[in-house]
Amino acid sequence: MIKLTNVSKEYPKRGYVLRDVSFHMKKGEFVFLTGHSGSGKSTTMRLIHMAERPTSGEVRVAGYSSELVSEGEVWKIRRRVGCVFQDFRLLPGRTASENVAFVLEVTGLSRKEIGPRVQRLLGLVGLSAKSGALCNELSGGEQQRVAVARALANDPFVLLADEPTGNLDERATRGIVDLFWEINATGMAVLMATHDLELIRRHPHARVLELDNGRLVYDSQAR
Amino acid sequence: MYAVREALSAFRRAPLLTGLSSAMVGLALFVVGLFGLATYNLGLALTSIEERVEVVVYLRDDARQAEIDLLQSDLSEIGEVARVRYVSKREALERAQQDLPEFTDLFSGLEVNPLPQSLEVEFRPGARNREVVERVSESASAYPFVEDVRYGREWVDKLFTLRRVGAATTAVLGGAFFLVAALIIATALRIAIFARRDEIHVMRLVGATNTFIRLPFLLEGAMAGLLGGLLAWLLTYLVYRGVYAFLFAVAWVPASWILTWISSGMLFGVFASALAIRRHLKEL
Repeated sequence: MIKLTNVSKEYPKRGYVLRDVSFHMKKGEFVFLTGHSGSGKSTTMRLIHMAERPTSGEVRVAGYSSELVSEGEVWKIRRRVGCVFQDFRLLPGRTASENVAFVLEVTGLSRKEIGPRVQRLLGLVGLSAKSGALCNELSGGEQQRVAVARALANDPFVLLADEPTGNLDERATRGIVDLFWEINATGMAVLMATHDLELIRRHPHARVLELDNGRLVYDSQAR
Repeated sequence: MYAVREALSAFRRAPLLTGLSSAMVGLALFVVGLFGLATYNLGLALTSIEERVEVVVYLRDDARQAEIDLLQSDLSEIGEVARVRYVSKREALERAQQDLPEFTDLFSGLEVNPLPQSLEVEFRPGARNREVVERVSESASAYPFVEDVRYGREWVDKLFTLRRVGAATTAVLGGAFFLVAALIIATALRIAIFARRDEIHVMRLVGATNTFIRLPFLLEGAMAGLLGGLLAWLLTYLVYRGVYAFLFAVAWVPASWILTWISSGMLFGVFASALAIRRHLKEL
C-alpha cells in the first residue's frame, strides 16, 4: 500500500534530511510517525504525497512507484491520498461546505452529487451545523475538522496528517485524534506525524515509527 | 463550468488589467485590419487593372505588310492571347481625334500623320497577369521593325510595390503591438495566478489535473483575445465608414477576413496565456 525502500532525500542547501529509510504500511493501519523537529517527518509525508521525489530509493503508493510515475500522473495518487496539515490550508473566504465542495468540483463531480456528499462529510466530522460558516470564523479544532472532511472527500485509502494537532489546544487535539480513530475503524489507514509523545502514549494500539536526524530509529512493529 | 466561472471572475477581479490586455490585442489587430483593408482594396484595383490590361506593339513606319502579318500570326499563336488587332496610322489618327476633341484643330492641320501603326494584343480571361504580359511584350520587342511595346508597366509595378509595402508595414507594426499585448496578458495572468495561489495549492493537493488548473487561465486569455478581436473589427469598420463617407469609395473586406481577425485574437490570447501559465505556475 505504502512502501518506502531505502529512501534518502537530499536538498542542495540543507544536505540529507532522510537517509536510507524503509518501512511498509499496510491497509487499515494506524501509524504515528514521530521525531524531533527537523527529523524528516514532513519530508516523509511530502514524499508519500509525491510532492517531491527521493534522491535515491523508491516510494510506492497504491501501486505507483516514485521512479516511474510522471508529473502528469501524480494527480492520480493524490486523489487516493487524503492530506491534513498543521496550518489547515483552507480557503479563508469560503464557507466550510464550499471548502469541501471545492475538492469534489476539482475532481469533476456534478453539482447534483456534490451537495449531499458535502453534507455527509461534514456530518462525519461533526460539523453539520456549521456548514455555512466562513472558515476564518471557525475555531482551530473546527477548521481542522473541515480540513479532515476535505481530505476524505475523494474516498482515499489513507489519510496523511502532518502535525494536525500542532495548533490545537488539549481538548481539540483529543477530538481530532478520536476522529482519526473513528475514520480508521472504517478501514482507512492513517499516518499521523507528531512530536507529541504524550499523545502517542495514550494510544498504545497504534504502530509507532520514530525518525532521528533523517534515519528510522524505531518501529514498534519490529519489536 | 468551473473554468468558465473562474475565467469570468478575472474580469471582475482586475477589470483594468484585463481591459488593457483586450485593448492591446485590439490595437494590434486594428493595425492589421487597417492595412488589411488597404491591401484588400489595392488587390481589387490590381485585379481590375489586370482585367483591362492589353499590350500595344508600335510598329515602325517602314515595316512591310508581310512582316506585320508574320508578327500578327506569331502573337496570335501564343496560347494566352485572345486576339491581335492591326491598327493603321489612319485609324490611330481617327481615334485620337475622337478621344481628344480639344486638339481637333491641331490634328486637322497636320500634313504628315505622326501616329504609328500598331498591333493591339488582347488576352484571354485568367491570363491577364504580369508574367504573361511581360512574356508577350518581350517576344514582340525582339522583332526589328517593332518601335516600342507598352502595357502601362509603371502603374502595374507601382501598385504591386504598394501592396508589398503595405504587407510589410502590417507585419512590422502588427508584430510590435502583438508583442506588447503578449507582455500585458502575461502580467495580467501573473497577477491572477498570484491572487489564486491558495486555490492552486489546494487544487494540487487534492489531485486536480494540470489541465484543470490551467483551463481558467487559458479561457481568460481567450476572452481577452476575443474582446480584442471584436474591438479591432469595430475600429476598422468605423475607419472604413469614415473613408467611404468623406474621402473615396472603398470596399469592405469579406466576412472570412473578419472571422480570421477575431479567431486570431482568440488564438493569440490562448497562446500568450499558455506561455505565461507555464512560466508562472512553476514559481508557485
